[in-house]
Amino acid sequence: MTDIPALRLQDIVKTFPGVRALDGVSFQVMPGEVHALLGENGAGKSTLMKVLGGIHQPDEGKIFIAEQPAIMKSPLDAKSKGVVFIHQELSLADELSAAENIYLGELPRKSFGRVDWKTLYEKSDAILARLKCSFDSRKLVGDLSIANKQMVEIARALTVDAKAVIFDEPTASLTDAEKVVLFDVINDLRSDGVGVVYISHRMDEIFTISDKISVLRDGSYRGSLVTADTDEDEVTKLMIGRSLDSENPIVPAKKGPIALEVQGLSCGDLFQNVSFKVHEGEVVGFYGLVGAGRTEIAETLFGLRAPSAGKILLEGKEVKIASPIEAIGHGISLVPEDRKGQGLVLGMNCKDNMTLPQISDLTAGPFVSDGAEVAIFDQYRDRLQIKTPGWRQKVGNLSGGNQQKIVIGKWLSMAPKVLIVDEPTRGIDVGSKAEIHNLIRDLASQGYAVIVISSEMPEVLRVSDRVVAMFHGEIIREFTSDEVNEDNLVQAISGIRTTKVA
Amino acid sequence: MAETRAKTIGQFLARQGILVAFVLFMIGFALANGRFLGIDNIMGVVRSSAILGVIALGVTFVVISGNLDLSVGSMMSFSTIVVLDLHDKIGPALAIPAMFAMTMALGALIGFLVGYLKLNSLIVTLGMLSAIHGLTLTYSGGKNMDIDDKAGTWFSFFGQDSVLGIPVPILVIALLAVLLSLLLSRTPFGRKVYAVGGNGVAATFSGIPRARVVFMCYLISAFCVAVAGLLQASRSLGSQNTVGQGTELDVLAAVILGGASLLGGSGTIFKTVIGVLILGFIQNGLLLVGLAFYVQYVVTWVIIILAVWLDIAAKRGRLLSPIA
Repeated sequence: MTDIPALRLQDIVKTFPGVRALDGVSFQVMPGEVHALLGENGAGKSTLMKVLGGIHQPDEGKIFIAEQPAIMKSPLDAKSKGVVFIHQELSLADELSAAENIYLGELPRKSFGRVDWKTLYEKSDAILARLKCSFDSRKLVGDLSIANKQMVEIARALTVDAKAVIFDEPTASLTDAEKVVLFDVINDLRSDGVGVVYISHRMDEIFTISDKISVLRDGSYRGSLVTADTDEDEVTKLMIGRSLDSENPIVPAKKGPIALEVQGLSCGDLFQNVSFKVHEGEVVGFYGLVGAGRTEIAETLFGLRAPSAGKILLEGKEVKIASPIEAIGHGISLVPEDRKGQGLVLGMNCKDNMTLPQISDLTAGPFVSDGAEVAIFDQYRDRLQIKTPGWRQKVGNLSGGNQQKIVIGKWLSMAPKVLIVDEPTRGIDVGSKAEIHNLIRDLASQGYAVIVISSEMPEVLRVSDRVVAMFHGEIIREFTSDEVNEDNLVQAISGIRTTKVA
Repeated sequence: MAETRAKTIGQFLARQGILVAFVLFMIGFALANGRFLGIDNIMGVVRSSAILGVIALGVTFVVISGNLDLSVGSMMSFSTIVVLDLHDKIGPALAIPAMFAMTMALGALIGFLVGYLKLNSLIVTLGMLSAIHGLTLTYSGGKNMDIDDKAGTWFSFFGQDSVLGIPVPILVIALLAVLLSLLLSRTPFGRKVYAVGGNGVAATFSGIPRARVVFMCYLISAFCVAVAGLLQASRSLGSQNTVGQGTELDVLAAVILGGASLLGGSGTIFKTVIGVLILGFIQNGLLLVGLAFYVQYVVTWVIIILAVWLDIAAKRGRLLSPIA
């Protein structure tokens, strides 16, 4: 190991109209070091990475690679200089083979510009073997699992003599087993003397994998910590500038009458023979792996999918729900899992997004009543403590936590009987997470029947009165909050049946 | 301070680049030809832009909803031919509503295919462009259509008369622009159009009947085409089968020049009107400075491509970008 940083950023300043996104940020990573970069949404992590990747040019400041000044003109240029990105949103061509993706743009050539397929596959297989991947590099990327796609992306990074590799939220869609493989790869990179920058929201991962932790807040650098000498509290404090809001302890719900009952509901291959009840004033958590059928149940209850069998009863009466409009009419609301894709129209302002489901009722004569709209917006902005300059602000400019509150406000303003929240805090920073958890508990105590679907076990354990564990489209077990713990929950969602279905 | 001011001006230019270019264009033409800014010429441009403008108003709804309508040119030929033919057969008082019904039936068909069956609007309306042209030729037997008694019909009112000194086509487009602008910007339906175009999935998840909104947009577009056909037929009292040919591109040009995104979710009626006027004045200016009319085909599209590029560059913050 040398004393020369693999990558060093010095006093980087970047301003956008009205925003100083980066305010003199310095940051460095040594060869053979895994350096976690942390910050709330909007702290400047993405902008910093875009500057590093040549997508944005810094207004001030310098970038050094192995202490040589470098100017990044584009992501390809950055790569040729040895700075490689592994993105959270995979940027692979599904219709090409793994090998073609790995060497995209740099395919080995024979005479007359013909592709040297033999060399291509040999080199690709060698790289994949180094990553301990068992699949053939001739395989189409579209046929690979998400974890293996990520491996292809990493393999791509290894085709150049990488000085620094940046992982941006790499575990967002990986299972625990796949994470272990990823961490092995990162450890290998570390021992090869590569500088690794690891961006993530997940504290447990950061403490598992990193050597050092640097924190950004409001576009400026707030300090670095040696991972071995610190703890979550210290990091959190640095990140949000205060101690974390304490989470309200769970007040056992005052169970009201049954709001929603589902009997033997099935939808093709997606889920089968699902039965459960949700009382007023109660939070029921649905836990399971991605693909276990949780989201599909929510979509069926919201009229987006047609059930193939079974009954849905609201307050004891059977209902047929053929469309979201009907679901809304029955008092069911869904905060969907993909906030930007399904929850919001990003180009619209805060108020318009919030009033969208009831816009037809907010009229004076034939026209939309601005007053009625703003009144609703103000009410839920105050109630949910949404931080926004005003209702004219485009939703796309808000932080993830505030965006999520807009979606929640949109559905609360419909006065639902049953509120379904799918992945309530996906991609949301720790500060806002606690707020949203408290909010969900508050809603239950106000008498809403709430269903929370989540892939994060701590979240499910924290907010739920009861937990439903799903595996492969079936409910494996139902737990009360007294009996549920991490161990039996993990067993249940891995498909291990310990007890009879409750 | 000076730096911030320079930046603000830069931002203004980036945002209003089209208007600035338009003003420079106007000044250039005015210097080149003194008649350009005369009242007569301006009224002439507005009047000759009216038919294009009426169609563009309807297409604005379709574009904001995230779709295209390339069938409007063919559809206008159809409505013009039909109303002229029926004029002599059943009289103008019945011919006009009959023509509106037939044109809007075509719009309903497109709306059904794009909205309810969720077919790609480019494919559907490109197909309809051709199919409706065929329908028009079948209807007319390929012959030009003329009203027999051109002097003795009140039908010429819409295209040729004036009320209070203002030509009727200008009154029609003004009235329609105000009504449609209110519909788009002030009613729940308008809000739904923006939502469907801005993010159709999120709109569905908010309980908005996406299919019906798209259907209605095509119906509005067809209604505007019918109005344009009426103005055209009334102005000329006779027509070829191809009278609307190519209009769809000019309409699209005007809507884009106005700043509506082809991806949907943005645009206004006011901006479209500006786009129509820009297009009208550019084409008129090119003629006045003595260029042959076919030059405008080239110049118009150079300007549109420039406009779209500047628009995207302003959003990206620089002229060339490694990412889209």
